[in-house]
Amino acid sequence: MAGGDSSALAALSRQQAVGERSQVTKVQTFLLLFAVVLFNAVGNLSLAWGMRHVSEAMTFNPVGYLRAMLNPYVALGIVLLVCWLLSRMTLLSWADLSFVLPLTGMGYILAAVFGKLFLGENVTPAHWSGTILICAGTAMVGSTDQQTGMRRCRAVSGDEQ
Amino acid sequence: MKWLLLSVIVVATVMGDLLQSYEMKRSGEQTVNARGLARLLFMIVSRRHLLLSILCMAISFFAFMALVQIAPLSFAVPASAATFVLETVLAKFVLNEHVGKRRAAGALLVLSGVVLLAR
Repeated sequence: MAGGDSSALAALSRQQAVGERSQVTKVQTFLLLFAVVLFNAVGNLSLAWGMRHVSEAMTFNPVGYLRAMLNPYVALGIVLLVCWLLSRMTLLSWADLSFVLPLTGMGYILAAVFGKLFLGENVTPAHWSGTILICAGTAMVGSTDQQTGMRRCRAVSGDEQ
Repeated sequence: MKWLLLSVIVVATVMGDLLQSYEMKRSGEQTVNARGLARLLFMIVSRRHLLLSILCMAISFFAFMALVQIAPLSFAVPASAATFVLETVLAKFVLNEHVGKRRAAGALLVLSGVVLLAR
């Protein structure tokens, strides 16, 4: 009886532990997702701002790119985009590409908003429509079966009967 | 010139994404603390597919630097989503994946969006 109680308690605590762990992971996933979107949008803005102030035109010569990287805004943009790359790689290991793609697709709209607000770009109604279509399209492309990867992982680890 | 740069970005990004996704799925879940970051950096230099994906991304990035110099950011970033169209085509004809109606419709929406950006 006591043994049965203790095993029931152990099962309950295991259940709670699993529940807590998955909740924390979900919060962490969305926080990381927010960071990924932000790193990308601000990094692109800084890079574009810096490149507009580089007088040398970019060609196939790599020295020109290295010289452009000396511009502080270009350098900041690169640092932020490296942060984006690393955080996105981590996010890809936590969640399926089909989950990550539609949500990071919001970056396209942010780029148009930042371009208009900070770079004084003329964003025409056709451009807004195009950007929204692209965002909706990425969401649709990404909304295919999200479970394939998880099922494959479980099957490989032997959890799936 | 901006369409040539966009093509380079799209092809290099698709190659980089495919290689990166393949290798990260193989390596299991990663963490974001200092130790996890160090492990991630070590993985980048020790895995062939990740190294290749970084090379593709570098090419894509240099083309992107050149593109944002000559084209608006509000064009450069959304237009680079044309990668989804190429990824869908590759999934269907190279990887022989099943491409559902929803995914095909999504890729068509992206294509329509890029056409609108060209106006």
